[in-house]
Amino acid sequence: MYDFAYHRPKSLADALALLKGKPEGRVMSGGMTLIPTLKQRLAKPSDVVDLAGVKELAGIKVEGNNVVIGGMTRHADVATSADVKGAIPALAYLAGHIGDPQVRNRGTIGGSIANNDPAADYPAAVVALNATVTTNTGKHAADSFFKGLFETALGEGELVTSVSFPKAEKAAYMKFPNPASRYAMVGVFVAKTAGGVRVAVTGAGPSVFRVKAMEDALAKNFSSAAIKDIKIPADGLNSDIHGSAEYRAHLVGVMARRAVDAANK
Amino acid sequence: MTISVAMTVNGKSVSGKVEARTLLVQFLREHLGMTGTHVGCDTSQCGACVVHVDGKSVKSCTMLAVQAEGSKVITIEGLAESADKLHPMQESFRENHALQCGFCTPGMVMSAIDMVKRHNYQLDEATVRRELEGNLCRCTGYHNIVKAILAAAPAMKSAGV
Repeated sequence: MYDFAYHRPKSLADALALLKGKPEGRVMSGGMTLIPTLKQRLAKPSDVVDLAGVKELAGIKVEGNNVVIGGMTRHADVATSADVKGAIPALAYLAGHIGDPQVRNRGTIGGSIANNDPAADYPAAVVALNATVTTNTGKHAADSFFKGLFETALGEGELVTSVSFPKAEKAAYMKFPNPASRYAMVGVFVAKTAGGVRVAVTGAGPSVFRVKAMEDALAKNFSSAAIKDIKIPADGLNSDIHGSAEYRAHLVGVMARRAVDAANK
Repeated sequence: MTISVAMTVNGKSVSGKVEARTLLVQFLREHLGMTGTHVGCDTSQCGACVVHVDGKSVKSCTMLAVQAEGSKVITIEGLAESADKLHPMQESFRENHALQCGFCTPGMVMSAIDMVKRHNYQLDEATVRRELEGNLCRCTGYHNIVKAILAAAPAMKSAGV
């Protein structure tokens, strides 16, 4: 790891001020991706601004029909939150299946979605539930937040402050984890909300994506039988030592059907 | 960048000068000479480096020492009540022969104690196996590790730890 200057501000305003004028400065939330990246010398930030001391960014609250989760909220806290379990049990389930217990004690929702790893779990929930991502400068709709491989709509000096998830009538997340890393080979989040049915897939492509054909079929008939003949094209899907694009395409169908069955339970 | 850090390790106040990039596990092992916490993979996967920070299990190879500023850290060295009285989890690992080479054991024990407490001393085998996702044993001695954790849960409860 290259050395850097470390800062631990106590407020969002102080964090933003520290980042100003430091093009090579980086923000750290849980550090579960950043620290391994630094250890491999894949990044060389001049400054690391640790958000752990910014208390205003952590916490979960229910506001009307939405569950609002602060950007610095740890996965373990989402997984065990009575508010999340009550409003969107599938979201608590997803958080409880990220990485391993030690990763869940450190990793945060803001860090996860800002990093937008192609195999991260949270992007599937954000897109399937049509959540709204709030930052220090404005709001992003889920569909326009995730731009591509490790790429989001976040601009320079823009930090995720919270994510607002509308409650779901029915929802479930099913993933096929890589046996070593626990990252999603394929993860499918299916949700039926007041806004309709959405199917979001992580792990399979360069970034999270929706499956329109499944959404249309499920809107008419919310059952796994309704999507059993829908084939996912392998074109453009991830292909690596863990699995081919064709394998992942097949897994999308399997995980989607399992998710629909779980949502109907 | 040199930074002064201060924290409590196993109930004792410690401090030192570290670089910003110094990992918590390096601080424990190289600055404090506490080599009970192991470095296995150094890539956040194996869990040999698990310690408790403010009551939560974390991988100390994936946390900076400066991030533990002001925290209460417990390592494998801080578990036993005395030289001849082990923590119930350590005792259970011994009783159940839950180690072969022993390299993963410190992390296994620290993760095990954390999981038992989070599940309020009541776990079944499936839960223990799932909770061990972050700890690897290259001797593949999981069977006895799971047995030891299941046996230790009621022992920890009655010992009040």
